[in-house]
Amino acid sequence: MAVAQLERTAPAPEPEPPARARRGRPRLLPYLLIAPTVLGMAYLLIYPLIRNLVISFQKFGIAQLIRGGADFVGIDNYRAIFTDDKFWSVVGRTFAFTAINVVLIMVLSTLVALLIDALGKWMRLTLMGGLVLAWAIPVLAATTVFQWLFQSQLGVVNWVLVALGFEQYDGYAWFADGTSTFAIIVIMIVWQSVPFAALTLYAAITTVPKEIYESAAIDGAGPVRMFGLITFPILRPMFGLILCLEVIWVFKSFVQIWVISQGGPGDATLTLPVYAYQIAQSLNRYDLGAAISMVTVLLLTVVLLAYFRQLFKEEGEL
Amino acid sequence: MKPKRIVLNVIALGVFAFAVFPVYWMVLTAFKPTKEIQAETPSFLPTHITFTHFSTAVNADGFWSFWRNSALVAISGVLLALIVACLAAYSVARLKWKGRQGFIVMVFVAQMTPWEALLIPMYVIARDTDMLDKLPMLTLIYFMMTLPFTIVTLRGFLNAIPPDLEEAAQVDGCNQFQAFRRIVFPLLAPGLLSTSLFGFITAWNEFAFANLLIIKEQDQRTLPVWLSSFSNTFGTDWGATMAAATLFMLPVLLIFLVLQGRVTSGVAAGAVKG
Repeated sequence: MAVAQLERTAPAPEPEPPARARRGRPRLLPYLLIAPTVLGMAYLLIYPLIRNLVISFQKFGIAQLIRGGADFVGIDNYRAIFTDDKFWSVVGRTFAFTAINVVLIMVLSTLVALLIDALGKWMRLTLMGGLVLAWAIPVLAATTVFQWLFQSQLGVVNWVLVALGFEQYDGYAWFADGTSTFAIIVIMIVWQSVPFAALTLYAAITTVPKEIYESAAIDGAGPVRMFGLITFPILRPMFGLILCLEVIWVFKSFVQIWVISQGGPGDATLTLPVYAYQIAQSLNRYDLGAAISMVTVLLLTVVLLAYFRQLFKEEGEL
Repeated sequence: MKPKRIVLNVIALGVFAFAVFPVYWMVLTAFKPTKEIQAETPSFLPTHITFTHFSTAVNADGFWSFWRNSALVAISGVLLALIVACLAAYSVARLKWKGRQGFIVMVFVAQMTPWEALLIPMYVIARDTDMLDKLPMLTLIYFMMTLPFTIVTLRGFLNAIPPDLEEAAQVDGCNQFQAFRRIVFPLLAPGLLSTSLFGFITAWNEFAFANLLIIKEQDQRTLPVWLSSFSNTFGTDWGATMAAATLFMLPVLLIFLVLQGRVTSGVAAGAVKG
């Protein structure tokens, strides 16, 4: 969905409004036109965010949910989560999860983008078609099919592994073990994220003038040096944008983890968004869940600020 | 062919296989007879095709009402977003007013909303306002999820349409609204279509809120939520499960195919002009 803004290259000056409109219309019109948007955002974005903040400073359990009248307890909820070892292990896991995914996504999608660029026409279209297919599959269809691929008895992955000589995978139950569940979720997220990043990077690579490479080739530069000296420096802003987007998307991934493992087995795949949801849903501790959500939002804001700085630098004037 | 080219093509085929295989396996399983699915050695090609699993999936309890619910919330959410975004995008792209820059920044920020962090307050709000288990609540959320993106893209498309066209129409005696309806709207239509299709995909795929806000009224659930609990419906019938997943993916795939050539270039053209 972010293609549109990423593909934007040269900022064009805003068109001047028609002179007639400026002269004859009441100044109220522009504000009337944005009023529905502003109202929608106020009720469906800002209000929930504020409500979340408020709940995180209240005692808010099942009783308060039903009867209302929650009391303010200051920073008790934050104190509770910050002194909980489990919270810190979840934070650590969330960072590790994000780092592993994002590094894999960035490296693989760069390689795939360079590969697409190096291919002939037919092979290129075939590969791009395949990537679009993987990109298009809905998350819920992906989680369903990955559960099938890694099924212990009839799953095709175990069959292939056994056929390759890894006898220990005969009937191996992937989802019973923390590490392997974690690995499957990583594979699934990388699989779903690489197409967007690779196709966007490829689109960016095609904008680099070929003459630069030709003159570098005359000077005797190999492909690795060309990437390091030409492609990457020129496309650095684009890499920055995609990196920020992927960090944000991976950090807040919820559906993949919740549907596959609900944070388990044990706590092996428990990340911040899943933890917030779990603590609110199963323990009815909406206050603690809200506090964890606020921490998530704050951490995301740091990345978001980097993203917007990059984006607005790219776009010039909005 | 040069050896370097051959190596590249082999690598490309490997990447292609890796990208496509899960989707291929899903569709293949959906068409396989149960006997083949449970065979000791899986077959990797469609040798015997059966539609039994699709009829199991379609005839499963409530499939059609979930399908209808999903379509209903997605379409109504996107339509609402389209109307509201049209107004806002026109205001941003065509009129000059104080606070415009701030508004645009706000839309960009709203586009990056971490919705996953708003699950708890949304649940509390829905409960307080008696909107739990009601599809209109989901419609509102999907409206807000797709609105910022819709405004940004429509603004891009509008900027690509020269304002001179409307001015000329206004000189010829149209008022501002008529100029928009007769001149701009027809030019904007492809952009509206592609934007709304992207929005539709977002809403069609959404799981977290649908799962959280529809609890007691099971027949108000949407397809992704139903699919997530496939083992309740199908047990270990993987053929039917894959058939259901295939049916769920189908509209999204069709939209991607439609958008591939024609409209992505439109999005790019509209955006580049931005």
